[in-house]
Amino acid sequence: MERPLTKYITPGSIAYNLEDYKKVGGYAGLKKAMKNMTPAEVTSLVKGSNLLGRGGAGFPTGVKWSLVPMNGDDSKPKYLICNADEMEPGTFKDRYLLEGNPHQLIEGMIISAYAIRAEKAYIFLRWAYKKAEAGLRTAINEAYKAGYLGKNILGSGFNLELHVHSSAGRYICGEETALLNSLEGKRALPRTKPPFPAVSGLFGRPTVVNNVETLSWISHIVENGADWFKGLSLTGTGGTKLYGVSGKVKNPGIWELPLGITMRELLEEHAGGMATGHKFRGALPGGASTDFLIEEHLDVKMDFTTVAAAGSRLGTGTMIVLDDKTCPVAFVHNVERFFALESCGWCTPCREGLPWVEKMLASIEEGTGKMEYLDLLKFNAKYMGPGNTFCAHAPGAAEPLQSGLKYFYDDFVEHITGKKCPWK
Amino acid sequence: MLTEEEKKEIQKEVKQYPYPAVACIDALKIVQQHRGWISDESVKDIAQVLRISSEEVDSVATFYSRIYRKPVGRNVILICDSVSCMIMGYESLYQYISKKLGISFGGTSSDRRFTLLPISCLGDCDNAPVMIINNDHFNRLTIEKIDELLEHYK
Repeated sequence: MERPLTKYITPGSIAYNLEDYKKVGGYAGLKKAMKNMTPAEVTSLVKGSNLLGRGGAGFPTGVKWSLVPMNGDDSKPKYLICNADEMEPGTFKDRYLLEGNPHQLIEGMIISAYAIRAEKAYIFLRWAYKKAEAGLRTAINEAYKAGYLGKNILGSGFNLELHVHSSAGRYICGEETALLNSLEGKRALPRTKPPFPAVSGLFGRPTVVNNVETLSWISHIVENGADWFKGLSLTGTGGTKLYGVSGKVKNPGIWELPLGITMRELLEEHAGGMATGHKFRGALPGGASTDFLIEEHLDVKMDFTTVAAAGSRLGTGTMIVLDDKTCPVAFVHNVERFFALESCGWCTPCREGLPWVEKMLASIEEGTGKMEYLDLLKFNAKYMGPGNTFCAHAPGAAEPLQSGLKYFYDDFVEHITGKKCPWK
Repeated sequence: MLTEEEKKEIQKEVKQYPYPAVACIDALKIVQQHRGWISDESVKDIAQVLRISSEEVDSVATFYSRIYRKPVGRNVILICDSVSCMIMGYESLYQYISKKLGISFGGTSSDRRFTLLPISCLGDCDNAPVMIINNDHFNRLTIEKIDELLEHYK
């Protein structure tokens, strides 16, 4: 089984420096792209590989790149941004790649910038990732010294500057247009789309924003081709995926596995099954903003379309497990409190709906909830859904709420009729 | 008044951007690095350097959770209160620390040694529960480890 992204990552040990990385074939993809391929050829290769964005939305990467105007005024910069603002509760995959193999990301970014002819690139990094930040800064310096960054890279005439921007904390910065405002030094409020960032992004210039895991793929795809990439997955979607499991399982962790393994394999073979004395009740398959799946879904293949067909989203591929010793109302309440706190406050359903939801859940958890809250919670989940809000924040928050009410309804009712939390 | 050093550091950031206001977050972080927090006076001073209104600076300062608009203690403890850490028992950890220091979330101990704050997911969920003290990350925490850990921060 191939593990291209994590083959050279040993948790707990220090990341490969430039020499080590080159010894295992590092920067060969960059050389190939610069010497043998035009930017259009790189974009078309990535498009052909069907690499779907690994940040959570699963948008085809090559299609995103192809929206960037290529015949415009090259005297003004275009931008490439790596979204490394990992903050989705239950998600710990980008940290693993950033700390473990920064050169893999940097190489991917240089090739990607070349494809869209961006001469400035930023890594928008979660402020709390101090170890990743130090590793990235060292790796970037090495890359400048080796001539992989800066002017006239590998004699191609292509120039690229790469900066690390450490954020100041807010989940909404992960929304790509909010990220642009934050990088411009403003409040991280999402922007209206269209225009899409590919046309008008950072400082009004064409900008591509891609996730860490997505960009880490690029050098491998350039080196090994689109068919190789497609062959890595079990479902034809393409590639492997970093899958994680947290909660009361025997062996919580992160693994690079073929895209399309089942939830059961992930849970039982890799995470070692439930911790002793704990039973599985359900899981959010891809971070806090995804719908619960339950026991009947354990054989669902974890790729973008199959998880969607089961009523949830693959999201970030990092699963949070709900066990029978954890109160489902407390679980949902915790997640909704997070979304309420992190709302940017711009649009009404999100700013007003989320705190309302949070208060009702707190009250149910404390044993002072009323039966009418259940319908009000459903009403809010619907009202915060897609099409009613400015960005995807509230619709994401609605997912664990609506599915939590669906699958654990009896537990909510028990809190209300019994006037206390049965888990306390 | 900003110090010469603060001004110099801010100007260095300003230079890499198309216009000075872009450096607003950088400037807030620089001043906070030196003073521990952002006072009303610092907001005005930063506004002057960036040639924008102090209201604009404050709108940014109050938006981001890692910019402190109130004084904090010499050390800031950030306990992850997101869902994976909840399942793995952050609440008992919080209660222990809260009782030990005599402060709740948002509070600063009377000797100004510690400020205690909640923080959203720190991306280390397979090693929950997790917390940060200043810039140091700690995982797989148990109550037994806390006393010794806090001793390192004076």
